[in-house]
Order: sequence, then C-alpha cells, then structure tokens
Amino acid sequence: MVRRPSPRAYAGQWLLLLAAAAVAWYIVSNAGDNLARRNMSFGFGFLWDVSNFDIPFRLVPWSEADTYGRALLVSFLNTIAVAACGIVAATLLGLFIGIMRLSANWLVRNIALSFVEFIRNTPQLIQIVFWYFAVLQTLPSPRQSIVLPAGMLLNIRGAYLPNAVMTPHGGLLSGLALLALAATPFLWRVRVGARRVGANALFLPVLALALFAAGVDHIDWPTLKGFNIRGGTQVPPEFVALWLGLSIYAAAFIAEIVRGSIEAISKGQSEAAQALGLKTGQRLFLIILPQALRIMVPQLTSQYLNIIKSSTLGAVVAYPEVMQIFAGTVMNQAGKEIETIIIVMAIFLAINLLTSAFMNWYNRRVALVER
Amino acid sequence: MPPRQPALIEGEMLEPAPGMQPPLAVETPSGARPLVPPRPARGGGAGIVGWLRLNLFGSVGNTALTLLVLGFLALILPPFIRWAVTDATIGGTARSACTGDGACWTFIRMRLPTFFYGHYPFSEWWRVDLAAVLLGVFSAPVMRDRTRHRGLWLVLLLTLFPLLAGILLAGGLPGLPPVDTNLWGGLMLDIIIAFVTVAGSLPLGILLALGRRSQLPIVRLLAVGFIELWRGVPLLTVLFMSAVLVPLFLPNGVSVDRLIRALIALVLFNAAYMAETVRGGLQGVAAGQEEAAYSVGLRWWQVQLFVVLPQALRYVVPGLVNNIVDLFKDTTLVTIVGLFDLLGAVSQALKDPAWLGFAKEGYVFSMLVFFVCCFAMSSYGRRFEKRLRRHHSG
Repeated sequence: MVRRPSPRAYAGQWLLLLAAAAVAWYIVSNAGDNLARRNMSFGFGFLWDVSNFDIPFRLVPWSEADTYGRALLVSFLNTIAVAACGIVAATLLGLFIGIMRLSANWLVRNIALSFVEFIRNTPQLIQIVFWYFAVLQTLPSPRQSIVLPAGMLLNIRGAYLPNAVMTPHGGLLSGLALLALAATPFLWRVRVGARRVGANALFLPVLALALFAAGVDHIDWPTLKGFNIRGGTQVPPEFVALWLGLSIYAAAFIAEIVRGSIEAISKGQSEAAQALGLKTGQRLFLIILPQALRIMVPQLTSQYLNIIKSSTLGAVVAYPEVMQIFAGTVMNQAGKEIETIIIVMAIFLAINLLTSAFMNWYNRRVALVER
Repeated sequence: MPPRQPALIEGEMLEPAPGMQPPLAVETPSGARPLVPPRPARGGGAGIVGWLRLNLFGSVGNTALTLLVLGFLALILPPFIRWAVTDATIGGTARSACTGDGACWTFIRMRLPTFFYGHYPFSEWWRVDLAAVLLGVFSAPVMRDRTRHRGLWLVLLLTLFPLLAGILLAGGLPGLPPVDTNLWGGLMLDIIIAFVTVAGSLPLGILLALGRRSQLPIVRLLAVGFIELWRGVPLLTVLFMSAVLVPLFLPNGVSVDRLIRALIALVLFNAAYMAETVRGGLQGVAAGQEEAAYSVGLRWWQVQLFVVLPQALRYVVPGLVNNIVDLFKDTTLVTIVGLFDLLGAVSQALKDPAWLGFAKEGYVFSMLVFFVCCFAMSSYGRRFEKRLRRHHSG
C-alpha cells in the first residue's frame, strides 16, 4: 500500500454512495409515477399468462397455449443452441486460421492474414445481415436445392440435415454414449500405479460412437417431395445466418489469440522438440499448443462470452432468441417494458458471471504451478 | 588395452573404411575433418526464384500446400472478379441499366449521398463537410508522431471541436438554420456517434479505472459493480433500455432526443470497456513512480494526473484504439433502435421497390466503407504499438 487515504477521503466516499442512491431512487420513483399514470403495475406475474404467439424454431415442444414463462425457456434454449454451435465452430476455425497465420508458406500465411483483417474490421451486424439477406435469402427454391456433402441440402428455406431415427432402445443407448463421452476426460487423468491411463481413455469416445450407432434404426435423408423437402432436420436460415455471423467473426479474433499465444511460447521449446526428432504436427500438438493453451484460456473466455452476448443480434434476422422473443414479441404483447428488459439483462449477466467463474476455476487448474 | 571410452571419438567415427573415401571429405585448416558434412544454407538464395523457393516451394509439403491454395483461389477469385468488376454495371441512372449478371453498382452510386449524409438537407451539406475538415484539423496534431503540446490538442479535440461541430451540424444560430437530428444519418451519423462516445467514455472510463484501484472500499465497490454490470450485458439490451426505458425513468413531460438517449447508453457501456483497458495501463506503471510522487508532497489527484496517468495512457493507446474500432463497428447497432446510420440507410434503400434485390451490393459496399475506416484506425494502433516498443527497448 503506497499511502493510506485521508480520513476526509474515507468520509467523502459516503457522499458518492449517497449520490448513487439518490440517482437510483430518482429513477425508481419516476418509473413508479409513470407506470401509475399509465395504469400499469410492476411485477413478474405475467410470466404465467398465456402467450398466444408462435415460436417458429424451438428445441422443446411449444404451443400458442403455453405461458410467457415457457416462452422464456424456449427462447433461452435457442440462444444457448446458437451460442454453443457458434463457440464450437469459432474455436475450430480460429485454431485453423491461427495456425495458418504462422505457416512457413507465404500464400497460406497471407490468406489467413487477409481473412482476419477483413473480418475484424467490419461490423458483425453487417456480416449477419449479409449472410441472411445477401446469401441465404438469394438461395434457390427447394426444387433447385444445392446438394452438399453428407446428404445435406441447402435452399431458401434453410439447411436440411440427415436425421438419425432411433430404435426403441435408442434413448438408453445414446444415454450410455453420452455417459461414456462425459467420462473420457476423467479417465484421462486416472493413474494405474505410476502410469497414467492417458491415451487408453480414447477408446471411450469410440465406444460412445458405437453405442450411438447401435441405437440408430435408420437415417432419415432429406428428399424433395413435390414442392418441398421431406425428412431430415430443417435448420432455418435465421439460425444459419446468425451462426455464420457469430462463428466467423469470433474465429478471426480467436485466430489472433492462437497466433499470439503460440508466438509467446519460447522458441527454444520448438527447437528442443525438433532436436528430439518430433515431426511438425507432433511439435505443434504435443509441445506448443498445450503450453499456449494456458495463455489462451482467459482471452478465449472473453471471446466465448462475446459470442453469447452477440447472439442477441439474432433479433435483426428474427431468430427467436431471448432478445427477439422477450424484448420484442413479449414486450409488445404484454407491455411489460421494464420487466422484460430486466429479465433479458439478468439472464446475460448470470451467464457471464457463471462462465467467468468456471473459466477462472479452469484457468487456475491449467495455470503453471509456480514455486 | 585401456577400456574404450563410451563417448564418441572423432577419429574413430569418421575413420574411412580401408580403400574408401568419405563421401564429403572437407579438409579444415587444422586438418581435422568436421563431424557433419557441410550443407548449403537453407533458403533458395537471392532474387525472385530464391524468394519463391523459400516461401512457397520449400519442401514437398509446402509445394503441395501452395498448389492447393492456388487451386482454391482459382476457384473463388474469378467468379468474384466477374461479379464485382467485369460483368458489373456502374453507369446509368435507373434499375434498367443493370442488365448483366454482375453487380449493380449503379444502385450504390445513385444512393451514395444518402449513405453518407442521411437525409441532411442538400443545401446544408457544406456544414457536414466543414465539420469533417475540422475533425481532420483537430485530430491531425494528436495523431502525428512529433507534436508539441499533444495533451493540449487532445483536450481541444475533446472539448472545442465537439462544440464547434455540434453548433455547425445542429444549427440554430443566425445563418445556420436548425437541422433536426431525425435527418442526420448515413456514415456521418456513425462518425458522430463514435466520436461523442469516445469523448464521453474515455474520461468516464479513466475515472472508473482509478475508482477500481482505489483504496476506498465503497468507491471500489461502486466502480467494480458499474464495470461488471455493463460488461456483462449485450450492447443491444443497453440500446433497447435507452430507447424504451429511459422515457419511463424520466419525470413526466421531459423527453430526450432519441439520438442523445442512444449516445448516453453507448457512453456508459463503452466506459466500462475503456476502464478495463486503462486499468491494464495503470497496473503497468511502476509502484515507485507513485511512491516518489507522494514523497515529494503531491496530493492524490496530482499524483494521478501528472505522474501516473500520462505514463499509463501511453501504454494503453493501442488497446484504446482497439476499443475505438470496436465501438465504431458497434455504432451500426443503432439502426435496430430506429436511428438511420449507414447500415440503416443501406437497409432502407434495399426496401425501395424500384431497386429490389441488391442486398449483396448494398452490404458489400457498407462492409467496405467500414473496412477502410477501421483498417486505417487499426493500422495506426499497430504503428503506435511498434513505436512504443522501440522507445521502450531503445
């Protein structure tokens, strides 16, 4: 501590608190007056009212007879879905581009650089509306669907993915598969005597895949029937546009994080690995990346949080996420401006604080133990 | 016979078999042969061929990669160039001019004034132009490498310039008829919003950063709470709050201009981010600086203002430039709450029945405009960073 603040400063801070409280009181009392004048009341009881609107994309069942509360759940799951897909795609693409940035090949290096610079220096919102209005909305009709690899179809109504139809035991088998997947990181750390089980843990994901495959009855391929696509799972263009906008934008930032972290690893590490005869790939994945990960984690966290927060931009393409459903539809219908905004802000604040807490915990675990 | 040394002994290892010459026997001046035969240095030598060999065709894998990338480029570049240049149309004044398969830049050309000035009356455009010139005049001394009184210029840029530009743009003086903010729009609005946000959130952010490092518990708590609250919520919810809730929070009958409400939201939101950047710089100033300043008898605010902040802010210029680029990009979000910025102008132009179906041209153009502005700013930030590093090491 350089110097203790004077007693006057200690006393002065109460004035600041008083001022903050006065502003808060002013706002609350004005809001109360205004609500009373409009014959409105403050409260969250409306969450149990029947909603009477449709949510075109949902992961859990929804009908117009359901309540606003359930609409919150449905839209929240939509937010989580697009954010989770965005995080996975952004991480993979970012890692790929980041490694490209360090390639010995001039062409590869500079293509990655141009990608990063262009994406980072254009607004994410324009990228999302570009994907939606300029790309996905100009796709052909279902009859002229674009055929993608692995039986996927793409047209103006969205992307159609093949759908695995499960046998009656399918639920149990895929449950076991999930369990096996979840156990993998734990088995990775188990020691038998002095030896780690390590790589043997990789048989678990394989087992999980086999279990899942055993539960699949048949695969439902999307096919053209008449004027529309039947079968498969339809992913609406709103989701695709938002997902592209979120993951490509974040990937550019993640690529720079990856590059920076790898460059921060001392050159001696790479040279020592080379001297031991490790190949380029081994050097990257066994020596450099595990160490770079430590530097990356805090920065990646803030990128992931950005993806979650930016998912609210889905409102511009009418993707039914929390912002669009609550600060849009519900606010207009129920007229609960203050409550809906509080709910949306509280949700994101909670996600943010929880993620930060988790990442701090994880960060402490992977951090270098200094003696 | 003495026990053989396990270590490698030069003479034994390189002893050629009787009657055979070693593959590359090079006599060194001392007469001893080196362990490993010398090889030419890596890299292809001088000139274009050497550069190509070093950077593109260094090894089999590298060559394969180069060919792969060239193939990829050959796949995507020609159609793009055909669309954007070869088959594109820029002449004419109506939709009928665009008959080719390529882009219809005619649409952009016809709408260009709206994209830059919004609905600002044509007869008053000179005021916008003059404000832009003033911005250049005031910011050039701040940005230049060698400037005397850089701090003074910065203060002028953040105080005198907004005053002059505000009077010019809003009007209301004799000779300057008032122009309602509803008519402001296009890129001009983006720049105004970004400038006001920077000018407002930078001082607030510095105060918050100082507050977060304060030893007074209540000050620290308030600063941390404020910063984490704004950093935890999406900007869009904050803008919605400004558009929907602020009228509810004000006494009955008091109304604030929609643009000003959005500006307040943006200032508060970005101040939290600036505060975190500045805090990084404050932590980088050696503790001895503060101790020394106190020991010569300076008060807290003198220490911060004359000793700590000038050093801290230098460190964080690149970070602040990043913040500014981010907030400039974020100004596009105001179009969601009904302001008419560049993206709003483009989106509105795309709904014109006479010009339907040019979404690609419209959005590509707006992306390019933002790219030029943001890339220039990022480059300045990087240059400053390099200069800092040079000063630091040299």
